Amino acid sequence: MNLLLRWSVEKLKREKIFLLSLFLGLFLVAFVVITLGNMFYQQAEDVDGLIAVALDPVVLKAIGVSLSMALVSTLIAFLFGVPLAYFLARKELWGKSIIEGIVDVPLMIPHIVAGIALYGVFMRYGLIGAPLRRLGFVITDAYPGIVIAMLFMSFPYLVNSAREGFKGVDPRLENVARSLGASHWRTFREITFPLAFPSLLNGAILSWGRAISEFSAVLVLAYYPISAPILIYEKFTSFGLRASRPVSVLLISVCLVIFVVLRVLHRRSK
Amino acid sequence: MIEVKGLYKDWKEFALKDITLQVKKEEYFVILGPTGAGKTLLLETIAGFYIPDKGEVRIEGRDVTSVPPERRRIGFIYQDYSIFPHLTVEQNIVFGLKLKKSSSPDTNRKRVKEIMAWLSISHLAHRYPPALSGGEQQKVAIARAIAIEPSILLLDEPLSALDLRTKDYLREELKRVKEEFGITMVHVTHDQTEALILADRIAVMMHGRIVQVGTPYEIFNKPLTDEIADFVGVENILHGVVRSNEEGIAEIEVDTGTILAVSEYRAGDVKVCIRPEEIILSESRGESSARNVMRGRIKELHDMGPLTRVKMDTGLVALITKQSRENLRLRRGDEVYATFKATAVHVVR
Repeated sequence: MNLLLRWSVEKLKREKIFLLSLFLGLFLVAFVVITLGNMFYQQAEDVDGLIAVALDPVVLKAIGVSLSMALVSTLIAFLFGVPLAYFLARKELWGKSIIEGIVDVPLMIPHIVAGIALYGVFMRYGLIGAPLRRLGFVITDAYPGIVIAMLFMSFPYLVNSAREGFKGVDPRLENVARSLGASHWRTFREITFPLAFPSLLNGAILSWGRAISEFSAVLVLAYYPISAPILIYEKFTSFGLRASRPVSVLLISVCLVIFVVLRVLHRRSK
Repeated sequence: MIEVKGLYKDWKEFALKDITLQVKKEEYFVILGPTGAGKTLLLETIAGFYIPDKGEVRIEGRDVTSVPPERRRIGFIYQDYSIFPHLTVEQNIVFGLKLKKSSSPDTNRKRVKEIMAWLSISHLAHRYPPALSGGEQQKVAIARAIAIEPSILLLDEPLSALDLRTKDYLREELKRVKEEFGITMVHVTHDQTEALILADRIAVMMHGRIVQVGTPYEIFNKPLTDEIADFVGVENILHGVVRSNEEGIAEIEVDTGTILAVSEYRAGDVKVCIRPEEIILSESRGESSARNVMRGRIKELHDMGPLTRVKMDTGLVALITKQSRENLRLRRGDEVYATFKATAVHVVR
């Protein structure tokens, strides 16, 4: 807004390319605003329905499941993805592009395909599911199933963002830290990690958001315990738009608030 | 003291080939070479950031070839300063001190204060690096490196990114660091003037090899090859043939005449090197003890601030002051005599 106000005619002439960029870019912004705005607008006519949903323990539990399982998934992605990203950013080895390609695979395949593939591995008789079951762990239709489906679909965002973040840290800063007496570990902890942190946080936010939104893979692997997208789908197919919309609006609202807060934190961390 | 023996390292487009060097204790040692010669790679290998493919590095007599950089007690300074951007100036300087076993917050604070005062950067203590000028950042880098009291300081083109005035000033600061703390300095640069002013000894590095080691006088006046001569700024490199040699004075035939030079060569093809500032120009063939006089016409005059570069049709280039240019009223096409001593001529094969 501020930008628009500061534009004078004289400036507009000189900054034509920015004006054009903004104009074209607004199409995408409008795309989102109109779609979601329409849904919120329609819901505004049925505030009672929204309140009823917001007080419904089943709905609240489903949203809670989505948010918390996505958080667990992101923490796991962080634990394994940050070391991988650091390695990919710093080391050259034969086959590195193959590893990078594999990391990107979940971004390309249809989510339902990923779900089916995961099911094949983690079901009761699957490659990993069977031995786990013998140890007493069940993945499908349980919380671990939700986390696994979310993790598979969302970790590439974290790895890619973290890798670019680590690449952006000048190795010479690490060299200097080493020359000053810091071990490799300490250098990572005090120099590399804090400097790459904005990118790690960005990756975590993207990954978390992607995890919350995962539907198809979760559907196949763990329909129950019911998570928000599946509850919305169930309400939509059983009772139609009017029933599914308030849950959707509630989910979007909760996520929007969290994301805005995270983005502000992200800006600060820079 | 640093000893490097038979060092080889291949890294990306750079390579070190059979590097052998000895840097004496408390010496100011300059590694001079063109861009891409592998100077930085050599410095980083001495610091331990890279493990050499072959050869060894010894520091104060101890073999450190497989010792990690954090246990070598070597300060390192890069051209782009490499100040930790997320830490204040004070936090940058105390970084290495905090890692010492004997450190305590009180002594550290005292030491950082002393160093900042010594380099006149106390007022910057709480600033973050992006708010500092290049010269200020480089001082912080120096402060951070000497805080840990290293026995050796490695400097990778430390002055190259600075403006002229700051460069002059920081060059003096580097000399002061060496004298005050008795640190052995190894300084990499492509700048001849810098090398000449700072160095106790210079190693010339080209294509991954050390091609000559010597005092600045030896490097600039007695380059071993014409490639070195060309690089260190000997602009007059003429091809010639030795015709005779009497009592150490060689008579060398070049395209435009005969040159007398102090040389041991008795015959064969040679290259004759004469530094442009060794050539005196005059209007007439005056009386002087100099053995070489060559007549020629002025082809070009280049104004270089306080100096003028004079290029003659004989191929010789002379460097004279603005004052003498005005006194002689030199103009293009004028006929002048170029005079230089037989001892100013350096002959290489």
